Amino acid sequence: MAVVHQHEIGHASVEKVLAAVQAEATQPVALDYIDLNAYVAEGGYALLQALNSGQQDAEAVMKAMEDSGLRGLGGAGFPAGRKWRIVSEQAAPRLMAVNIDEGEPGTFKDRTYLERDPHRFLEGMLVAAHVVGIDAIYIYLRDEYHACRQVLEAELQKLKTNSAIQLPMIELRRGAGAYICGEESAMIESIEGKRGEPRMRPPYIAQVGLFGRPTLEHNFETLYWVRDIVQKGPDWFSGFGRHGRKGLRSFSVSGRVKKPGVKLAPAGITMAELIEEYCGGMQDGHNFYAYLPGGASGGILPASLSDIPLDFDTLQAYGCFIGSAAVIVLGHQDSARNAALNMMNFFAHESCGQCTPCRVGTEKAVQLMQAAVWDNATLDDLNQVMTDASICGLGQAAPNPVRCVQKYFPQEVA
Amino acid sequence: MNAPLPQELLAPPSVEFKLNEQSVMGFQDESILNAAKRHGIDIPHLCYQEGLRADGNCRACVVEIKGERTLAPSCCRNVAPGLEVLSQSLRAKKSQEMVLELLLSDMPDQGHKWTDKGQHGELSDWSSKMNVTVRPELQALRREQPACDVSHPAMAVNLDACIQCNRCVRACREEQVNDVIGYAHRGAQSQIVFDLQDSMGTSTCVACGECVQACPTGALMPKSQMGSQVVDKKVDSVCPFCGVGCLLTYKVKDNKIVSVEGRDGPANHSRLCVKGRFGFDYIQHPQRLTTPLIRKLGVPKDPALIQQLNRNAADWSAVFREATWEEALALGAGKLKQVRDAFGPKSLAGFGSAKGSNEEAYLFQKLVRTGFGSNNVDHCTRLCHASSVAAMLEGVGSAAVSNQVNDVEHAGLIFVIGANPSANHPVAATWMKNAAKRGAKIVLADPRVTDIGKHAWRTLQFKPDTDVAMLNALIYTVIEEGLANQDFIQTRANNYEALKQNIQGYSPEAMAPICGVPAETLREVAREFATSKASMILWGMGISQHVHGTDNARCLIALVTVTGQIGKSGSGLHPLRGQNNVQGASDAGLIPMMYPNYQQVTNPLAHDWFEKFWDSPLDSQPGYTVVEIMHKALADDTDPHKVRGMYIMGENPAMSDPDLNHARHALASLEHLVVQDIFMTETAWLADVVLPATAWPEKTGTVTNTDRMVQMGRQAVEPPAQAKADLWIIQQIAQGMGLNWQYKGEHHGVAEVYEEMRQAMHEVISGISWDRLVRESSVTYPCLTEEDPGQPTVFKEHFATADGRVNLVPADIIPANERPDANFPFVLITGRQLEHWHTGSMTRRATVLDAIEPEATASMCGADMLALGLSEGHVMTLASRRGEVCLRVRRDDGTPQGSVFVPFAYYEAAANLMTNAALDPFGKIPEFKYCAIAVKAGGELAVSHGFF
Repeated sequence: MAVVHQHEIGHASVEKVLAAVQAEATQPVALDYIDLNAYVAEGGYALLQALNSGQQDAEAVMKAMEDSGLRGLGGAGFPAGRKWRIVSEQAAPRLMAVNIDEGEPGTFKDRTYLERDPHRFLEGMLVAAHVVGIDAIYIYLRDEYHACRQVLEAELQKLKTNSAIQLPMIELRRGAGAYICGEESAMIESIEGKRGEPRMRPPYIAQVGLFGRPTLEHNFETLYWVRDIVQKGPDWFSGFGRHGRKGLRSFSVSGRVKKPGVKLAPAGITMAELIEEYCGGMQDGHNFYAYLPGGASGGILPASLSDIPLDFDTLQAYGCFIGSAAVIVLGHQDSARNAALNMMNFFAHESCGQCTPCRVGTEKAVQLMQAAVWDNATLDDLNQVMTDASICGLGQAAPNPVRCVQKYFPQEVA
Repeated sequence: MNAPLPQELLAPPSVEFKLNEQSVMGFQDESILNAAKRHGIDIPHLCYQEGLRADGNCRACVVEIKGERTLAPSCCRNVAPGLEVLSQSLRAKKSQEMVLELLLSDMPDQGHKWTDKGQHGELSDWSSKMNVTVRPELQALRREQPACDVSHPAMAVNLDACIQCNRCVRACREEQVNDVIGYAHRGAQSQIVFDLQDSMGTSTCVACGECVQACPTGALMPKSQMGSQVVDKKVDSVCPFCGVGCLLTYKVKDNKIVSVEGRDGPANHSRLCVKGRFGFDYIQHPQRLTTPLIRKLGVPKDPALIQQLNRNAADWSAVFREATWEEALALGAGKLKQVRDAFGPKSLAGFGSAKGSNEEAYLFQKLVRTGFGSNNVDHCTRLCHASSVAAMLEGVGSAAVSNQVNDVEHAGLIFVIGANPSANHPVAATWMKNAAKRGAKIVLADPRVTDIGKHAWRTLQFKPDTDVAMLNALIYTVIEEGLANQDFIQTRANNYEALKQNIQGYSPEAMAPICGVPAETLREVAREFATSKASMILWGMGISQHVHGTDNARCLIALVTVTGQIGKSGSGLHPLRGQNNVQGASDAGLIPMMYPNYQQVTNPLAHDWFEKFWDSPLDSQPGYTVVEIMHKALADDTDPHKVRGMYIMGENPAMSDPDLNHARHALASLEHLVVQDIFMTETAWLADVVLPATAWPEKTGTVTNTDRMVQMGRQAVEPPAQAKADLWIIQQIAQGMGLNWQYKGEHHGVAEVYEEMRQAMHEVISGISWDRLVRESSVTYPCLTEEDPGQPTVFKEHFATADGRVNLVPADIIPANERPDANFPFVLITGRQLEHWHTGSMTRRATVLDAIEPEATASMCGADMLALGLSEGHVMTLASRRGEVCLRVRRDDGTPQGSVFVPFAYYEAAANLMTNAALDPFGKIPEFKYCAIAVKAGGELAVSHGFF
């Protein structure tokens, strides 16, 4: 892909890029999406209105969220309903921050939904704000999502102009291309106009968050499901699932499969099932070799472990996690070592530089991982200090790809 | 070291928790790190430093906490009941050691801060303690090292030793609030930067040096102490510059001070500014006076010559000859005695110094009163806060501050008027900036918008000379809008009705056109002042150095009184004292109308008490003040009060007095002038006898800061050659005048002198014995018993006046003595700047300070520069009716249009050649802050400049 100013060119070629430059096609390509009118026409914002008029009980909404078992879909998986409950019990004024800084390598689910059905998310956001009692909302959008920004700007304006309901203050903020600003507290620092560095916890941001106020922070997708969960009932959502797991997951599948893309699939589906049932199998000429179940930091598993249910909590025993469900599939011509090195380079580049283990550890690990034969003793020490002593998830999870290579692909680095 | 704290503050509630499987007690809000330390368990730490916000970034202090997935930084986590902490488990130690190893692996082979454990300061110390060395595999991966930056005169930046702990960032931004150092880039490229990655020397750094004091590894170092940190001794003392009174430690090697470190004193809590930290090497300047000098026979005293002297050469051999101490003292004292015996006691006068110790001030005034026989003794307080003192003695019965500077922490509103604390009281300014960051509202009222304005909630840039109009408008608003504190006024103030009557004509709407501040702003500030939980006024020379200086201060007293904003924490009156011991020198009686502790010489009880105490007859008439003495030196021969002989210790009236041509002429016309100083000052050039004295770090004595803290200074180095301690010299002069003083003990009997002074001032310092000061370094007065911790806030129940109530004194507008006109259309405002002290005799001989500010400049706003066709750095000539100077212009848009600001520290362009000697009738202070001048582009700069 290439970008001419803000104009994205998929499957780019020199000719296509030149043509765009010559035509001065620098603006985002307009999207075909469900706008406010269309959304309302199919029953949108009825829930919000019902809440606002008192027809819908806020406590019941909170309860539905708790019962659905919906967990934070940014990657950490904190139960969404419980988060609402906790923040609603804090002193007002309470604020909300929405994370659309979708930066995890391999993740594109938020963008996919936002480009198609923005109001489903906005309604979810406003429902959350109403139920929790939020005074102001800050939406933090990945700045490369130019088309999404146009959509959001336009639809927020329509919403503000047309809404009969008193809306909380809503501010759309542009990210600046730092992966770390997808970390909830670093994002808050960034919104406050500071350097994007994760904060130390405790205090948790539900208690002391944005501008020092209790803050409800959610990933885009978590809010995207709110309307369906409330309207269709918590059992609808938890009714999905395989292998003993419950709910739906939006897998962002990329790599050597025939049909990559966002796959809305039951939680607990295995990798083998996902490839076969949703992705049309492996690309021709590529045999399934390995997969990254959760983006850059979720680890790397061999094809031999393709029958593990993919969900929160199911991969820990294997040194992995699902995170935002960004699944990257490797074939037999790829190497796990190269994938791990690529990830570590990414972490070194994206480390905020605040804490020693991550700042120095990722940089040293990159160099050590370039050796044909790994110095596993030193890498092990780096892994330990990064995991145990880093401030945030970036440094804590950075060793996952290293450990997986050591454990599942030792032949590649011996 | 500090005054003992009340018991309740010492014992916060305790919390039981488990540390390494032992039950231990921590305090509420105490970090695990500090609790462990108290229990004898050291946890390595680098980014944590006491006094800075714990940041938890280095991760050297991580510990295991039961039930938690990852390790926790013990500097950022507080103890809690039931917490189970392992600081020495294998897991915790592994990470602690790895952090040290990772940091060490990037260190250069040769470090910059050597301790006995290695070359990288605290990192080496902890590594040694933890037995950590770098394995070759990591050593091989050392980062690419950034280039060094030695662009700053005082500090070297070697980021090859930086561990990114950001202690410097916090020191710069959060502690000193200078906002210069930032943390830029990310990951392994993260780097501390000055401004927008400028070199330190070209950045907006004000060289407070807090960063070098904070740096654990030597990445930021004072240039004078790179490498080995081994010194011969460390001597605890107090800063010799401004009235803030920062405690410090001199590091001494081979009888030279090699560096200065801030010490945890009650006024500074380890903070210092550029002067205190880097301005110490003036004492080693080759121009130090090291031998007594006597004017050669027949060499005339030519005041005109002073402006032409080449200070670089400092060749005094054509004017003076060297002498022995015996000869110089015999002539110095002998001639004073002759003059006294021939012309009577009023023919002599003495100027002591606010730069000397309390003991020197006390003995000096005792010498004048009992040896010269009159009260003709004064010092530079006359030039700075005399009018504030007059108003405060009249209004609240005491000239000292009601509340200490760092009490601004408890203020809701901080009213800074006529002061530029960032430059003149830099460490005091940090407390104000800290308070502002925590939400206090600073109001800056000043014709010049200075640095503190950046932190102000409202800025009242009133027209010069309109203080009374503006302040009366504030008082008017308080009363008119019903915000006056009637309870306070009824129970604690006199003369309120007269004030209320007088204020009638001063509505903000009427005053706005006069003072130039919109009426609504005046009202808004007045309301906030009256209604904030506590409002405190801090002021400087901008208030005092006017012919209406006393009236200005009376208005401030009235403002706090009508609002009840005095007598409680975070409120009150604080005239920021300029010199390190101007408070102490005044307390000790170095003023012509009062004995020690402000007892009027005209009060028969006080007079009798001191006659008995000193066993000597005393003059019952007040003596003359500084400027009056200059006039009396030029008086007609028939005037029985004509001053013919003077003894001047550590003062430089030939630079600091207004209308220098007049003052120098007066000094030159004296029959006999004895000057005691460390350099050949402008005043010394006019002397008959010059006595080489000691600089502050060469002697022991006490000084009293702006906060009423009596603080101990200790001798750190030996004086050069034949230079002698001032205390010794005063006693020799006394001897020569026929006084039989016997002060015994080390440092020329300094402890005995202090103890005698303590008796004379028993009403305020009877609880502060010499031994206590030796023990505690700093004690606040009033302090009446050994156990008394001292009173940081006074007037809580009653004022120090006769009836215990404030005496309100209404004030009306009195114009400046010399207003601009067609020929002299600009207003000249004089003052100081951050790097240079008073007349510059010390600071301009300090290499670092001279390097930062080498040359006289005048500040002017862009609009005026444009009108005059001037650009930054252009030469211009300023002239008043009394004198003219030529210097370069510096653009400063904080300077009001129609005004020029000139620091008076530069002999090449001595601002006081132009100033007006018109006096405030009560304080007898000259109008340094206002006179009329003409400005024209061009002129010829003095040939010589500086002292290097």
